[in-house]
Amino acid sequence: MKLRHGLMAAAAAAAISVAAPAANAETFKFAFQGNLSSLDPHSLNESFLLNTLGNIYEGLSMYDENLGIVPGLAESWETIEPTKWKFNLRKGVKFHNGNDFTAQDVVFSWKRALTEGSDQKVRASKIKAIEVVDDHTIIVETPAPNPILTSDLVFVYIMDKEWSEKNKATEATSPSADNTNNYANLNANGTGPYRVVEHKADIKSTFEKNANYWKKTNSNVTKVEFTPIKEAATRVAALISGELDLVYPVPVQDWKRLDEAKGVKALAGPEARTIFLGMDQGRDELLYSNIKGKNPFKDIRVRQAFAHALNLDAIKKKVMRGAATPSGLMVAPQINGHNAEINIPYAYDPKKAKALLTEAGYPDGFEVTMDCPNNRYVNDEKICQAAVSMLAKVGVKVDLLAQPKSKYFGKVLAQGGYDTSFYLLGWTPGTMDSENVLSTLLSCQNKETKAGGFNLGNYCNPKVDELARKVGSETDQAKRNAMIKEAFSIVKAEYGYLPLHQQPLSWGVSDRVTVNQRADNGLDFRYVNVNK
Amino acid sequence: MVSFLFKRLIQSVIVMFTVALIAFTMFQFVGDPINNMVGQDTTQEERDALRERLGLNDPIPVQFGNFVLKAAQGDFGRSYKYQVPVSELIFDRMPATLELAFVSAILALVIGIPLGVYTALRRSGILSKFIMTMSLVGVSLPPFLIGILLILIFGVVLRWLPTFGRGDVIEFTSWSTGFLTASGLKSLILPSITLALFQMTLIMRLVRAEMLEVLRTDFVKFARARGLPDRLVNFKHALKNTLVPVITITGLQLGSLIAFAIITESVFQWPGMGLLFIQAVSDVDIPIMAAYLVLIAFFFVLINMIVDVLYYAVDPRLRSDDE
Repeated sequence: MKLRHGLMAAAAAAAISVAAPAANAETFKFAFQGNLSSLDPHSLNESFLLNTLGNIYEGLSMYDENLGIVPGLAESWETIEPTKWKFNLRKGVKFHNGNDFTAQDVVFSWKRALTEGSDQKVRASKIKAIEVVDDHTIIVETPAPNPILTSDLVFVYIMDKEWSEKNKATEATSPSADNTNNYANLNANGTGPYRVVEHKADIKSTFEKNANYWKKTNSNVTKVEFTPIKEAATRVAALISGELDLVYPVPVQDWKRLDEAKGVKALAGPEARTIFLGMDQGRDELLYSNIKGKNPFKDIRVRQAFAHALNLDAIKKKVMRGAATPSGLMVAPQINGHNAEINIPYAYDPKKAKALLTEAGYPDGFEVTMDCPNNRYVNDEKICQAAVSMLAKVGVKVDLLAQPKSKYFGKVLAQGGYDTSFYLLGWTPGTMDSENVLSTLLSCQNKETKAGGFNLGNYCNPKVDELARKVGSETDQAKRNAMIKEAFSIVKAEYGYLPLHQQPLSWGVSDRVTVNQRADNGLDFRYVNVNK
Repeated sequence: MVSFLFKRLIQSVIVMFTVALIAFTMFQFVGDPINNMVGQDTTQEERDALRERLGLNDPIPVQFGNFVLKAAQGDFGRSYKYQVPVSELIFDRMPATLELAFVSAILALVIGIPLGVYTALRRSGILSKFIMTMSLVGVSLPPFLIGILLILIFGVVLRWLPTFGRGDVIEFTSWSTGFLTASGLKSLILPSITLALFQMTLIMRLVRAEMLEVLRTDFVKFARARGLPDRLVNFKHALKNTLVPVITITGLQLGSLIAFAIITESVFQWPGMGLLFIQAVSDVDIPIMAAYLVLIAFFFVLINMIVDVLYYAVDPRLRSDDE
């Protein structure tokens, strides 16, 4: 009899513990400065969109809370040949509409990500072919050996084939007028931990917990509400007034206000984005300078002088309110291939800078125009202003052209013909691996191989190019990291770029909730908890 | 009357055409839309292909021509950012803006006219002087600042009213209204005051000036000489005669209320057309910007036309000229 009572008590306790989360429906409300412009996972390759949709859709692999790669819709994987990977898909996973997740959905999603309107073509093209072995096993063939395939696949989200076909959404949503397949633009059906209840692109989106999610999550949040709030002051006010639980980004200068207010705090972890200055080293004459007939930046002494003229600690203290991590490397500590040894910044030494400039033949310095965005990175224009005044101290007169990002990028990027002599840019490798930085920022501009696409100043060293290519296909991690280190060391010794710092993330969080601030500015609902 | 309307109609078309032309010339200076439409990993070839598909490589006159041709058929294209038809987006946001403008206009009239009358009648009273000073503040403070101040006081410190958004709305087929829910009405208070403040002071000062003018005229003096009570003289004779210009100004200002709601909407994250436009400017979403500007021009033209027709009805002299 006693035993039976005990059992019943245990059963009752179990029932209560199961029912408890449902009984306290917890709503989590957050705001971001931009919109969730589409629900189509292949429409736009933008970090907020992909990170937010990551709560609804999932890829074969996914990020954990520290940006580590963990199995997602694939339970496990192995490389059977350098260019062939076997993925074992997770069994028993259902889409939000109840359909089963199978190998056909993977093939369909991969093909969809390659359709005209898709902005995920770069990631999807890392796959050459998919062979379906059975419903839950596939063999993926890559065009070349790819050691970081699973990093590339994090954001290739898997959609339901049947649902997409039924709703005529078999192609990615595109702004070109002939595309009318926009059902997936305003509706979603993923496998993720949350499902979309309501979505109005620039007004409000509501999500609720997916009760049939394949993995148990620790979050007690049953409903999530997202509102875009454009004005920073309004975002901060909405947080302090208690209407919202999380807002981001918060202006750095508002941190003090949040600390003084009750019940809220600023969350300022490091972001995986590196801010740096680049110099035109490709042209024989600078486009924007008073020096004619030659390009001062081709002289290593001038680049070195610039490096020693910049006081990164002062930028950290005065401009970033202490919340930046000065850097000597083009990648952040979260990125695979980061090396603490090379990361020591160039020393601040204006005297040496002046001497180097004199030695290079510019005792009175020279004039150059600097391009800078004013609404893209944390305090971007202020950083540029600081750099201008630091360079002025060693005699270089910098003309600052700070513009909104739409204007700035239109000028300095490839479509503007790399129309710049000296610029500020920020970069987070989408794969969280150094290879992306080596091939897009540090390789010579090359139209055929498409390398160096964002190497705006065309820093060019064939040795680095070769290393970058090898890193792209080397599957031995130790060898690969040694090559990454070698490439970074060369760039550093040649003063190819002037890294400044990793900027801080800046979230405002209510004490009512705990959240995980991922270094790519991603908000994963699975790690949000409402405190009791 | 018919020929008058017809003339007006032709003028309206020309105005809207000109607005569209100026808008299109301006878009060349806003920046490049492509970078806001693709991620950093997108290749240059894809960027170029997208630009070609969107027709952004065509010469400006061709782009403008295409726009006018399609707009004439009611097709404003698809938003670059949201990838849905622009007309859908704008009609979806219109109720929010119109409700806000409507409430602000009522507020401005209901508060502005009595204050104007009062300050005209009690010119040297202390309260009048105080009101006049405050109205200067209302005219000179930018709406952005007023909005933020109101948010801080009533939203953050007192926590009486919501700091952003429109609250819960009730959807009808093509109209969403915030008038029918408690949170919708509460959300309306701060933005409508912010938006109304400028118009309120304007109307107040206008009524005051007109009243002072009318009070000096002979027929008011006669009315007083006839021994009519003050109340009748002031409100029946004087106020009535000041209202004609007030109606005109209010009508015209309704257009500016809709147009200048942009700032108020962005401070309060009010999901109206203005917010849509401001967002479109930073995204370089050309189809939205073009459609919005043409629509606002249409509103102005329409309101002007209605005001003219009202004049026509009110002022008999205009009618006799025509016949």
